[in-house]
Amino acid sequence: MTAAAALKQPAVKTALSVDKVAMHFGGLVAISDMTFSVGEGEIVSLIGPNGAGKTTAFNVVTGFLTPTHGDVTYRGQSLRGMKPQAIADLGLIRTFQRTSVFPNDTVYDNVLIGLHRRGRVGVLPSVLGLPRVRRLEAELKQKAAELVEWVGLGRRADDLAGSLSYGEQRLVGVALALAAEPSMLLLDEPVSGMNASETHTFVQLIRKIRDRGITILLVEHDMPMVMSVSDRIVVLNYGRIIAEGTPDVIRNDPAVIEAYLGQGVKHA
Amino acid sequence: MKLLLSIVVVAALAAVPLWLSDPYLLNALITTGIFVIGAMSLNLLLGFTGQLSLGHIAFFGIGAYVSALTSLGFSVSLPFGLHVVHEPWPPLAGFAIAVLVSGLCGYLVGRLSFRVRGAYFVIVTISFAEVVRLVALNWVELTQGPLALTSIPPMQVGFPGLGEFVFRTKLHNYYLVLGVAVACYLLIARLVRSHVGRAMRGLMENETLAVSIGIDVTKTLTLAAVVSAGICGGAGSLYAHYIKIIDPEVFAFINTVTMVIMVITGGKGTLAGPVVGGLIFGLMPVALRPVMAPEAQWIAYGSALIVILFIMPRGIVPALMQWFPRMKPVTAPGFAKRGVEESA
Ligand SMILES: Nc1ncnc2c1ncn2[C@@H]1O[C@H](COP(=O)(O)OP(=O)(O)OP(=O)(O)O)[C@@H](O)[C@H]1O
Ligand SMILES: [Mg+2]
Repeated sequence: MTAAAALKQPAVKTALSVDKVAMHFGGLVAISDMTFSVGEGEIVSLIGPNGAGKTTAFNVVTGFLTPTHGDVTYRGQSLRGMKPQAIADLGLIRTFQRTSVFPNDTVYDNVLIGLHRRGRVGVLPSVLGLPRVRRLEAELKQKAAELVEWVGLGRRADDLAGSLSYGEQRLVGVALALAAEPSMLLLDEPVSGMNASETHTFVQLIRKIRDRGITILLVEHDMPMVMSVSDRIVVLNYGRIIAEGTPDVIRNDPAVIEAYLGQGVKHA
Repeated sequence: MKLLLSIVVVAALAAVPLWLSDPYLLNALITTGIFVIGAMSLNLLLGFTGQLSLGHIAFFGIGAYVSALTSLGFSVSLPFGLHVVHEPWPPLAGFAIAVLVSGLCGYLVGRLSFRVRGAYFVIVTISFAEVVRLVALNWVELTQGPLALTSIPPMQVGFPGLGEFVFRTKLHNYYLVLGVAVACYLLIARLVRSHVGRAMRGLMENETLAVSIGIDVTKTLTLAAVVSAGICGGAGSLYAHYIKIIDPEVFAFINTVTMVIMVITGGKGTLAGPVVGGLIFGLMPVALRPVMAPEAQWIAYGSALIVILFIMPRGIVPALMQWFPRMKPVTAPGFAKRGVEESA
């Protein structure tokens, strides 16, 4: 842990803290003794070579995996034993490295499904079409259309999500996640499959998301992008944190250089 | 456009008895209609959540037996010297209780199997249907076993101030079934377009993603199972009070297969699919009977199935939607277009 990181941390309230987490798959140790935290409103990146355990860390934090050891806490609440949907209800929302869309629905309908948390009403009132439900539905439709515009997919609203380019699908994934009203967003390689200009736009989108007060934990292989957008960076290698700090610190960290030169940065 | 077509179809169906008076054909329409309701309920699970219930007829049969027993009354001895006597209640109460009991069974089956889902659900539903059939066959004191429950009273509805209406004739029952079918269609349409329907769709398309945005798998699927089973039980009740005699044969596996065929050929996951598939495969035997020997009928039935699925693998309704894109909003399973108010 670097001095800069240690100095920076007390300034913000902690949103997420990962405490001595280990994840074993049989004999394979995907993560060992991982400890880091993300402050409210921060943009933190989790980087590392392929197979370092980044996605596994996301799966642990969002309840898709139960850690072998250790604890994850979000806003003071332990997530131990919680199901993914319950964790989502705390406002902790993620995207996925691979498919992060409902392929057979339009972009607009994808976002509408994403608004599930906001749209929850009793079955009976919605089947009866009570005025309250109709108002809510109208509000959701409005909200979905706005979000689609907001991420820059307005022209694609009525196309099937599965028919979009890989980069556009990533955007749908982000819009969907935003629809779930996160207080913290975990993005797993959001710009893979995007070209340079799409990536550039996406960086601005991430900043806009943060400006909405949403804390961000980012996994990404695109180093220039990570360096430009992150407040802090956590570097994983073979399931261990080998460095943590601001982009400037990480850039010059010998252990990080060693890890990347040793393996080469693969663009997954 | 959508509303217009729906009204035209319902009006056309309502007008059928005006020109068709052959009791044999009317009978075929009524039983087909009842099976269409069953197929619609199956479609709610199969088409909108992706869960295949291969014991769906169990809910139908339970509805039929519960409704019949409620309106006939019964007297059974239970273990520990308990003796239960039930006096006959009106058939309408039988219908309501049939829906509730079937829905409850749907809940139990769903709870039991949706943790694992997929093949597990298929097996649990098949086993459930077989167990219920064996109970109906062997609990002779309650169900008369293979001797069948007979003299089931016709459906009867009381109107305050106007007295009772008894659905005695085929004509009455035709309109009863049509009315219930339309109500179920609207119920399912509302449900799948609601936020619950969106949750079901999300789960079917990408479960991991759905869960990650806060959709509760077990709750959503169980709800679909309850509604589906309840509707199917209601169809069973209509059947019992129309046919007036039921025996354990109602639980035959072929009846579930028939419903599955109706859903698949019509187009699972579309609202109109089970209606289209149901009418075709419900009425085909009637159309074929005068012109073919029984064995040939089965061959024709099977051939029709193969041909339809060969030309239109996703079913008739989705194929029509593809060929006539302008018709799309008519049966689209998705949600209302932006800004356009739905009048399902
Ligand atoms: N469910 C699982 N069962 C067994 N092994 C797993 C499982 N999930 C991940 N692993 C293993 O854990 C290790 C870390 O994988 P993980 O997906 O977290 O890496 P990553 O850092 O996200 O890599 P990438 O950059 O390629 O996405 C890998 O060796 C992987 O094979
Ligand atoms: Mg990964």
